[in-house]
Amino acid sequence: MSTISRDEVARVAALARIDLRTDEVDRLAGELDVIVESIARISEVATADVPATSHPLPLTNVFRDDVPEAPLPVEDVLAGAPQQENGRFAVPQILGEE
Amino acid sequence: MGTSDMTNDITRLSASDLASALRDKTLTSVEATQAHLDRIAAVDGDLNAFLHVATQEALATAADVDARRQAGEELHPLAGVPIAVKDVVVTKGLPTTAGSKILEGWVPPYDATLVERIKAAGLPILGKTNMDEFAMGSSTEHSAFGNTKNPWDLDRIPGGSGGGSAAAVAGFEAPLAIGTDTGGSIRQPGAVTGTVGVKPTYGGVSRYGLIAMASSLDQAGPVTRSVLDAALLHELIGGHDPHDSTSIDEPVPGVVAAARQGATGDLKGLRVGVVKELSGEGYQAGVSARFDESLEQLRTLGAEIVEVSCPSFTYALDAYYLIMPAEASSNLAKFDGMRFGLRVEPAEGPVTAERVMGATRGAGFGDEVKRRVILGTYALSAGYYDAYYGSAQKVRTLIQRDFAAAFAKADVLVSPTAPTTAFKFGEKLDDPLAMYLNDVATIPANLAGVPGMSLPNGLSDDGLPVGFQILAPAKADDRMYRVGAALEAALESGWGGPLLNKAPELKTTELAR
Repeated sequence: MSTISRDEVARVAALARIDLRTDEVDRLAGELDVIVESIARISEVATADVPATSHPLPLTNVFRDDVPEAPLPVEDVLAGAPQQENGRFAVPQILGEE
Repeated sequence: MGTSDMTNDITRLSASDLASALRDKTLTSVEATQAHLDRIAAVDGDLNAFLHVATQEALATAADVDARRQAGEELHPLAGVPIAVKDVVVTKGLPTTAGSKILEGWVPPYDATLVERIKAAGLPILGKTNMDEFAMGSSTEHSAFGNTKNPWDLDRIPGGSGGGSAAAVAGFEAPLAIGTDTGGSIRQPGAVTGTVGVKPTYGGVSRYGLIAMASSLDQAGPVTRSVLDAALLHELIGGHDPHDSTSIDEPVPGVVAAARQGATGDLKGLRVGVVKELSGEGYQAGVSARFDESLEQLRTLGAEIVEVSCPSFTYALDAYYLIMPAEASSNLAKFDGMRFGLRVEPAEGPVTAERVMGATRGAGFGDEVKRRVILGTYALSAGYYDAYYGSAQKVRTLIQRDFAAAFAKADVLVSPTAPTTAFKFGEKLDDPLAMYLNDVATIPANLAGVPGMSLPNGLSDDGLPVGFQILAPAKADDRMYRVGAALEAALESGWGGPLLNKAPELKTTELAR
């Protein structure tokens, strides 16, 4: 019995913007339990007194001089676009229209 | 000597020997590059190490370097030595897919910093190597473009994710290659193909232009057939890059000098720590036996062997499989069908941007990528973030503390690189956890940011290569080169040459030119 339900997988897949087939939802519902098991083991040692490390080497405020650099040519950038129009990316409708 | 014998001789040279021959003008870069292109044409039908071969571009670079050398220009020591680049690294003008259908046919408009450095030094780029999709895997079985085969046994995996780079180097298709290592993707393929792979200190090589999987873990590095060759490539691609805010703003450690010093074979006074937690249960008998023999070698060379304990390493795999998917789910959000790569419209209903994203990602991502993105999205979703990602980050702290304590007792740490030799295709494909266990010994270094090297240290009972891992403190990459070169020299004098001399001859296809 999985801890993470099919509905939960479908909800997360929607958040991740991945259309899944029914058989994929079924399979992932079984496989995602691994995360629950991992967290159970980790909670043995990840106690409140241990600080979190987000980055392997400590770094603070990495700045560089604010010097303009030449941008990529527009045609190079658009060359890989699925669709382009008037020197811009052409994308499907973003807002709902009635 | 026939043409194919000549090709054979050139492709068997190390990068440093090739560089000497080019410098002495006993060989041209066009000859060296053509020999490797011929070898690729002859064996890659079986190996499938390359996703794209850049014949014209490589020969043009080679001809240019030859002309400059002829004109007496001062060139980089590796100028004219051909190289292969993992397909997760963007190359201007050369297709870059990261092993994914979602990027099939995409040609990047810019070069990764490490590619800029390779091009500036005049190394002809032979092509782009196969890999698990977005570097997610340990076998190349998750590539959208077919498996890469292990040159030692075509029924077996070449490791992953960088199986293409490792197989290309092991199969004498290239003397040098670039890999990337998030949890072991340079070192584990090195171990199972009998090659050398190095993950530098996190930040040692720029990540600008690497298609990111987990940004706090990813690191690019050399894939070669010798420790010295790895050092030469490491110094070429390493060093500060203002385009990567996590790049280390300090000189690259003197890894070439360390490799040369190590090769003299004196390790007196060096303390080698054996990590207790990275041995025993789960490690194949032949892997453990070769490891113990290598420890004896190191002792003979004057090193002092001490045992160290890193109890938190037990939790490294669990922490890794929370942090990596979480970061990957965020990094892979950019593959949405809007600006580059695949765009798929939904089969029915309104064609909105949001629905196109879902359809594109559903069609363009393979199973393992979907699995990890959904796992990561779950771990980062409201209500779970602190318990999942936050807790895993605490384990990182514990692992760093273990490393700090261990490096107080030892100058370098050692373990087998991978618990087993190369397994057969399909053996672990349906069991993600078994697949993940391949990386149990390599993952701690990524979580702590310390450098790691794998070098071949013999054959297991099954006749397949075994890897020996050396870990050093952050920014002390030179130490592992010293130890690695010393061990390599001792082992090769015992074997009477490199381990790869024992690999079976690959079937070659006669080519018409």
